[in-house]
Amino acid sequence: MKLASKDLLGIKELTKDEITLVLDTASGFKDVLKRDIKKVPALRGKTAVNLFFEPSTRTKTSFELAEKRLSLDVLNLAVTTSSVVKGESLIDTALNVQALGADFMIIRHSSSGAAHLLSKNVNASVINAGDGVNEHPTQALLDAFTIKEKLGRIEGLKVAIVGDILHSRVAKSNIYLLTKFGVEVRIIGPPTLIPQELESHGVKVFHDMETGLRDVEVVMMLRIQMERQGKGFFPSTLEYFRYWGLTAERLSIADKDAIVMHPGPMNRGIEIASEIADGPRSVILEQVTNGIAVRMAVLYLLAGVRG
Amino acid sequence: MPKELLNKQDIDRVLARMAHEILERNKGTGNLCLVGIQRGGVHLAKRLSKKIKEIEGKDILVGSLDIAFYRDDLNIRKEQPTVRKTEVPCEITDQKVVLVDDVLFTGRSIRAALDALMDFGRPACIQLAVLIDRGHRQLPIKADFVGKNIPTAINENVEVNLEEEGLEDKVTIE
Repeated sequence: MKLASKDLLGIKELTKDEITLVLDTASGFKDVLKRDIKKVPALRGKTAVNLFFEPSTRTKTSFELAEKRLSLDVLNLAVTTSSVVKGESLIDTALNVQALGADFMIIRHSSSGAAHLLSKNVNASVINAGDGVNEHPTQALLDAFTIKEKLGRIEGLKVAIVGDILHSRVAKSNIYLLTKFGVEVRIIGPPTLIPQELESHGVKVFHDMETGLRDVEVVMMLRIQMERQGKGFFPSTLEYFRYWGLTAERLSIADKDAIVMHPGPMNRGIEIASEIADGPRSVILEQVTNGIAVRMAVLYLLAGVRG
Repeated sequence: MPKELLNKQDIDRVLARMAHEILERNKGTGNLCLVGIQRGGVHLAKRLSKKIKEIEGKDILVGSLDIAFYRDDLNIRKEQPTVRKTEVPCEITDQKVVLVDDVLFTGRSIRAALDALMDFGRPACIQLAVLIDRGHRQLPIKADFVGKNIPTAINENVEVNLEEEGLEDKVTIE
């Protein structure tokens, strides 16, 4: 079994079997990360270039570590100091990076579709590390890996995704992934932050936590994107927390063994109470660790597609 | 039509002899562990440990090694090898490790296994036990314990079928 495409652009393009292959491969890499020597020679001699046109701490460092632990040579293109500020186009930048000998290009960009555009213009494997409000596929894969690791399965679960769905590429990738696995996906948030046509994607929409969280096994909190909150989607952060923040009382409505996830970075006291974020049900830091294993698996499998 | 080289009883006898040889060479089970290469080698390592227990009355640790990340053909294969479990049962530094595989052919898997093992520590020594040695080495690698030497043509195919994989125990050549 192998992946069909040389690129990972979105979860939308993957089959359930391909997702399962990534998750199974990732558990092999998770073992590697537990060893004293956390590095394998699998992709020695190949080169990865990280093109981050948007700020990122977690995803960028996670990709960089994943690359290094596969023995890839790593180049980080700092966009603010590159020719992009002189007006070079995305494709020209990519072609030049390719001419330097890149086998993998990992791209984060504020425009939806940036990774797709890149993939049509370069031979290197393109991995989407977040494009605008479209997708963030490796986040959904690491979330699925974490769910499977913690609860033993993905199929048949009830998962709540809470918060700013409108601006969230993480939510979108997760909805694509979870519905492929027959998960009951519940979307919870203020009407202003939930896209109108969402229910046609096979999810249930709730506007209050009390009914939405009932019996769910996974609570996935999303970050309130403060940089986009000038437009009056909700009155104030205090008000937001009062209605949609995850507190101990609200978590008690969910299944008694429910896990709490967050893709980071967290706004403590806005979407999630500190006691929950640091509590025993939280798997937020494990998501970060699993992210490295999942990204290693993606790089390893894509290398096999290019041959 | 594949030709049968070893049947169930032959395999059992061969493993019994190999278990004796391993114990003889290492003067018992002290500081000794077995590590099988995924997948056939893992089953054989477990069987050898059972034989050793029958002979010596002592339990011996058995591990498994996946060599996918260490292969030298990752750049030329059409598909990445499936990643299987690696479980090294103990701190291998200063241990005597017997690496177990089903068929020794070019020696490239063993090279990969040696590299993989070294990433876990610095064993006192590594010995190699294989059920079948079919020749055609491409690297300077030699087994310490051989179940059966089988002269083959390079294009022939040697199959080791084991009950653990839901098959009847036998070794065939085609």
